[in-house]
Amino acid sequence: MSNTVRTAFVVNGKSAQADVEPRTTLADCLRRDLKLTGTHIGCEHGVCGACTVLIDGEAVRACLTLAVQADGRAITTVEGLPGADPAALGPLQAAFRKHHALQCGFCTPGILTTAHALLSEEPHADAERIREVLSGNLCRCTGYVTIVEAVLEARAAYGGPAYQGGGHHR
Amino acid sequence: MNVAPNTLVGQEIERTEDLRFLTGRGIFTDDYEPAGTLHAAILRSSIAHARIRGIDAAAALKLAGVHAVLTAADIEGVVPTIPLRLAPIKGLERYLQPVIARDKVRYVGEPVAVVLADSRAVAEDALELITLHLDPLPAVPDWRASETDAALLFEENGSNVAVRYSAGFGDIDKAFAQADYTRCETFRAHRHTAAPMETRGLIAEWDAAAGRLTVNGATKVTFFNRRTLAKMMNLAESAIDMIELDVGGGFGVRGEFYPEDFLIPFAARKIDRPVKWIEDRREHLLAINHSREIDCELEIACRRDGTILGLRGKIFGDMGAYVRTNGGVVPAKAAQFLHGPYRIPNIKIDVAAFMTSKTPVGTYRAPGRFEANFFRERLMDMAAHDLGIDPIAFRRKNLITEQELPYSIGQLVPYETATEYDSGDYHAALDRCLQEIGWAEKSPLQGKRVAGRCHGLGLACFVESGGAGPRENARLILETDGNITVNMGSSALGQGLETVFAQIAGDAMALPFDRFRILHGSTTLVDEGFGTYHSRAVVMGGSAILDGAKKLIEAIRSAAATQLGCGSEAVTVQDGQAIGPGGRAVTFAALATTAAKAGQTIRVDGTFANTKRTYSYGAHAAHVAVDPRTGHVEILDYVAVEDVGRAINPAIVHGQAMGALVQGLGGVFLDHLIYDQNAQLLNASFADYLLPTASDFPNIRGVTLQLRPSPSNPLGAKGAGEGGMVAVAAAVGNAVAAALAPLGVNPTELPLTPPRLWRLIEDARTTSRKHAS
Repeated sequence: MSNTVRTAFVVNGKSAQADVEPRTTLADCLRRDLKLTGTHIGCEHGVCGACTVLIDGEAVRACLTLAVQADGRAITTVEGLPGADPAALGPLQAAFRKHHALQCGFCTPGILTTAHALLSEEPHADAERIREVLSGNLCRCTGYVTIVEAVLEARAAYGGPAYQGGGHHR
Repeated sequence: MNVAPNTLVGQEIERTEDLRFLTGRGIFTDDYEPAGTLHAAILRSSIAHARIRGIDAAAALKLAGVHAVLTAADIEGVVPTIPLRLAPIKGLERYLQPVIARDKVRYVGEPVAVVLADSRAVAEDALELITLHLDPLPAVPDWRASETDAALLFEENGSNVAVRYSAGFGDIDKAFAQADYTRCETFRAHRHTAAPMETRGLIAEWDAAAGRLTVNGATKVTFFNRRTLAKMMNLAESAIDMIELDVGGGFGVRGEFYPEDFLIPFAARKIDRPVKWIEDRREHLLAINHSREIDCELEIACRRDGTILGLRGKIFGDMGAYVRTNGGVVPAKAAQFLHGPYRIPNIKIDVAAFMTSKTPVGTYRAPGRFEANFFRERLMDMAAHDLGIDPIAFRRKNLITEQELPYSIGQLVPYETATEYDSGDYHAALDRCLQEIGWAEKSPLQGKRVAGRCHGLGLACFVESGGAGPRENARLILETDGNITVNMGSSALGQGLETVFAQIAGDAMALPFDRFRILHGSTTLVDEGFGTYHSRAVVMGGSAILDGAKKLIEAIRSAAATQLGCGSEAVTVQDGQAIGPGGRAVTFAALATTAAKAGQTIRVDGTFANTKRTYSYGAHAAHVAVDPRTGHVEILDYVAVEDVGRAINPAIVHGQAMGALVQGLGGVFLDHLIYDQNAQLLNASFADYLLPTASDFPNIRGVTLQLRPSPSNPLGAKGAGEGGMVAVAAAVGNAVAAALAPLGVNPTELPLTPPRLWRLIEDARTTSRKHAS
């Protein structure tokens, strides 16, 4: 490949590097060069949020970030979120499972990273705030109600209030 | 034989699928990439209707990393056309889509050439270097332009009108002649599409030595697609494996046989390398089936007391440029479902399907139903208002009663036999819906202004079909660890079928949930499968599991009898063991291991055949507030009630309802594929094609009823994927109309965007001022 640039960063706690074209997005770099296929690409123009990853703890769109912009930063993908263990799901993931907050699972990685970033900063976020922040992530399966419930329940694990129930959608 | 305790079906079991999806371990199409893969990008027409004069790919072929540019000229003989899978109304077969354009292009987005390159980026670069010489022809932007035949999309057919037919029963002219009251209105449902979060994609692998083709990324109807592809590529069906990976949403559009389903396997064989194609979002919005674009003239005849005497209508369907696999489903179902859950003694619907120079139309969740319920329920509210009858009383008068079920609606669809609504208590579902939304308490708000906004309540009743035949199959295999693998002909498109099928199998075999592994979709798993559409996976596939479980228990008893030296009638099966006379037991694992040592497998094929449809039913109610200064509508409360007969996993059923409901609300207010007069799609991105977000519709509720199981399958289940969607435009349309009735606004056209409502409000004001002066 002509005209490549070295980019080196920490991803999910481990050092990683890749030689990429300057135009390569972080999403493509993670998926193709580093084989971290948990980050999904839904639109490639920054609207759907499926590719959301954390850069130094902040939720960003990996399809609108160049791989070279990640140089020297710490990236967290869905595979590296706390509790991303199928044998022992963490509180956020377990709440999603309990509330049936995912169906096809394609948007889920971006929603989990977004929710984790939100709750890490604002563990007391209310339903309205959760909806506001998640409005940057499209989901076509759930209608969002169960996602909001799951995030409300997960707040406790981030130091937020205990889950009171109160899902009014059923 | 012991009876399986009913412990799993009906419970909200947490989903098997979630463990991989929540941890980034799913394998979606683009997550799979064999070594040596080339990447495809597709050159698509940028002009709606044109003659192709030439394709110059010389510059593209010179670009480093480009391996080939394939066009129609690379296909030996006749370019194959994509066959009809459903709804083969006579005449439609003249408008099938070639897998790649040869002489003409007929919509923006039609494939013209395929680039194969080392990376997708290079393939896309190469697209820019191909010169496509097109001689533009007049665009055909809508059915009215189509009907004139001024510009013919298929000259050889002499007309753009693909099909016209009439359906109905009774004596419609007599009904209208005898009626105290009639009203005719014109309605419109707009073009939109499903937009699943994962775009389409395929990876085709050709094994030249073995003469075998593997297509990864297939779903929905993999056996039909294999049959189609085999014919097109002159291969035996058995030489092709269609493999289903994780699927990022279907909703009707994904998994049908599209041009790329030929082009990518064809390219892989041609170049003898694996070829991957992943659709980008712009491409998706131009290329995947659109849906819903239906105009309707509908006329109702009633007695003075509100009794419906007849319904007479015309359906005008915009099919786009080609008739694809779904045939005439969209206009045909829009016609059929005008009947709804009501007693309508006389009905006549004229259907016409028109070819236009736009993206072809196919099914999107609740095809035809979303539209038909909007048309009928809006007209019923108008009739009730004219007759001075409460809209609920009007519906109660005409709603079919349980005593009248099963209720034949005759043959309203030309390619189907007569059908009948199976079971239900339609009045109970309506009552439940009214009670949930608090209709009686809220009704004083009808048309009232509160803090500047106009409040309205709207209601709609529906029936919804599911469970299409003819068959579905399940193969149950006893593994040497004593667990059971269940191979399904049904496809999983994200609904949670691995979980639901394990629940059904678990109860049928009286074994815990985690003893089952569910595999699905791929053509390697069963000999014959029919797939997942028309809300049929659980009804048909689940029933096939019941049959397979029965047979597996028999096979286990027989194998155990041989080992225990007794007759199989002396063997009982319990807790994963076969128990013979004197309590001597042999475990499932031991039985399978013994069989394996003899080179055998304990394996059975279960099947379920059915020609009867299931009819779920229910009611939706909406409470809205409309801001007359902006035309913005807020959903203050929304209740969707559906009787699904039997809910295998109520959480999953509820999830289907909530997701469908929000998709439906998107279809009412947001999703809109906007074309100009040149048939150019103006909003082929998610920045412009708006979908519901988390903050748009927080106030929605769903109630799943299990009042009346379906009599036509052993589970008693009815299709549950669409009931949350079918009546959304109808209920919201009626609520908005009720809110704005004092202003003289009566919306009949979707979507109900703020600009459209604002315009209607302004026009009504102007009219009323004129009348006043």
